[in-house]
Amino acid sequence: MVDFGGWDMPVQYTSILEEHHAVRTSVGLFDVSHMGEIEIRGPEALSLVEYVSTNAAAKLREGQIQYSALLYDHGAIVDDILVHKVSPLEFFICVNAANQDKDFEHIRSLNRWKAEVELVSDRYAQLALQGPKAINTLQKLTPADLNSLRYYWFVDGQVAGIPARIARTGYTGEDGFELYVPPDRAESLWHALLDAGSEFGIKPCGLGARNTLRLEAKMALYGHEIHASTYPFEAGLGWIVKMEKGDFVGRAALQKALEQGIKRQLVGFEMRGRGIARDGYEVYVDGRPAGWVTSGGPSPTLGKNIGLCYLPTALSTIGRTIHIMIRNQPVEAVTVPTPFYKRAK
Amino acid sequence: MYPENYRYTKEHEWVLVEGDRGTIGITFHAQKELGDIVYVDLPKVGTVVEQGKALGSVESVKAVSDIYAPVSGEILEVNTALADAPEKLNEDPHGEAWLVKIRLSHPDEVKDLLSAADYQSYVGS
Repeated sequence: MVDFGGWDMPVQYTSILEEHHAVRTSVGLFDVSHMGEIEIRGPEALSLVEYVSTNAAAKLREGQIQYSALLYDHGAIVDDILVHKVSPLEFFICVNAANQDKDFEHIRSLNRWKAEVELVSDRYAQLALQGPKAINTLQKLTPADLNSLRYYWFVDGQVAGIPARIARTGYTGEDGFELYVPPDRAESLWHALLDAGSEFGIKPCGLGARNTLRLEAKMALYGHEIHASTYPFEAGLGWIVKMEKGDFVGRAALQKALEQGIKRQLVGFEMRGRGIARDGYEVYVDGRPAGWVTSGGPSPTLGKNIGLCYLPTALSTIGRTIHIMIRNQPVEAVTVPTPFYKRAK
Repeated sequence: MYPENYRYTKEHEWVLVEGDRGTIGITFHAQKELGDIVYVDLPKVGTVVEQGKALGSVESVKAVSDIYAPVSGEILEVNTALADAPEKLNEDPHGEAWLVKIRLSHPDEVKDLLSAADYQSYVGS
C-alpha cells in the first residue's frame, strides 16, 4: 500500500502486468475513491463553469461530459477536470485527489456570479470498471441501457440496487465506466462488480496498472505532464481550449503565449537502447540537455519501454534520435507518434 | 523460505559466502515488494564494490530500486541470463536468479549481516 494524498492505496493487487493485461483484453476494476468532486449549482452555474474552465461548457447537453482544465491567470494549469452537465442548473466536476482543495478555493475565488460551489468529495466513492468486457459486466447489474450510453455521457441510475452516477469515461484508453456512489455502498458495489465480472476473468487493479494504462494512451497525469507551469498547448491539450468561446481565466495569457510561439512540446518516445526512462530523467539532443521525461516505464501492451518528455518545439519532430540520461549514462531513444496505444473501435 | 546458509541485509539482499567467494542476490521479500521485475542493471566483471554502496539496480514496472553490496569485493561473474529474462527474479530470487559473484575483500564484513531467522523476523511473516 502507498500513501496517495492521504489515502492508503494499493499499487497492485496481484501483479501490475496481469492487471494491465486484464484491462486491455477483458475487464479490470479500480477503486478511485480518492478522486475529488465539486458541484456547482444555481442559475449562474454555467457562467461560472465557462469562466473557470477552458473547454466550451455551454455546448454540453444534459448528461454529457467534457474533459477540460482549470487555468491560472498566467495560463498554466491548476488541474485537469471532467465536467458533467447534470442539468442547466447543476454541474458535477471530477478533479484530481491531491488538487481538490486548491481547485475548490480557485473556483470559489472566481465566483463573482454567486453560484453555489460545494466540495462534495465526502459524498462520493468512485469505482472505475475498465476494459472491453466492462459493458458486459456492468449490464448484468443495471437496468440502464448501456449500449445507448455513448462515450463521455452519463446517466443517473442504479447498479446492484445502489444509486449510482454511471459515466462512460475512463483513464485507461479502453471502453469503460466510472461509477460515483455513496461511500457506504462502495464496498458492496465492489464485490458485486467482481462477482459479475468473474466469468470474464475480472481483476482488481491498483495504481500501478492505472499508470501504465494511461501512459500507453498518452493521458496526462497532473504533476507529471501538466502542472502549474505548463500551458495546455505544450501538453498537447490545445483541443480542450476553446479560445473563441469568450473570456475565461488564463485566456489573455494563452493568447500572448500563442503569439510568441509555444516553446516546448510534449513528445512520446521509445527506448532503443537498454534501459527504462523514468520521470525526471534528462533528455539530450545532439549531445546537449534539451528536456526532461515526464512519465516513463515499460509498456506491457507493446512490450517496449516508452515515455513522454518535453522538448523544445523545434526539436519535437517524430523520428528524432534522442538520449535519455539513465544513471549518468546516455541511452538512445527515438521520438514516436502518440498515443502509443489506441484501441480498435 | 530463507536459506539458512545465506546472510541478509536490511536492504533485502542476500549473500552466500563460500571461502573468499560470495554469490549475491535479492530476497524473496524484495521481489514481492517490487512486483513484476522488468529490468536489471548489473556492474561489469572486475568492478570493485563496497559494502553498503549501490552495485546496480532492479526495475519493476513501477519503480527503480538500487541493489546494495552486502559485502565489499571485486565482481567475478555476472548473471547475464537476467538481461533477457528479468522475470526470473520474481520466480527464483534465491536460486537461478542470483545477480553477481564476488571475491570478498573484507570477509569479516559478513558478521554485520543478518541470519535467516533474523531476516525473517525483520520482514515479518
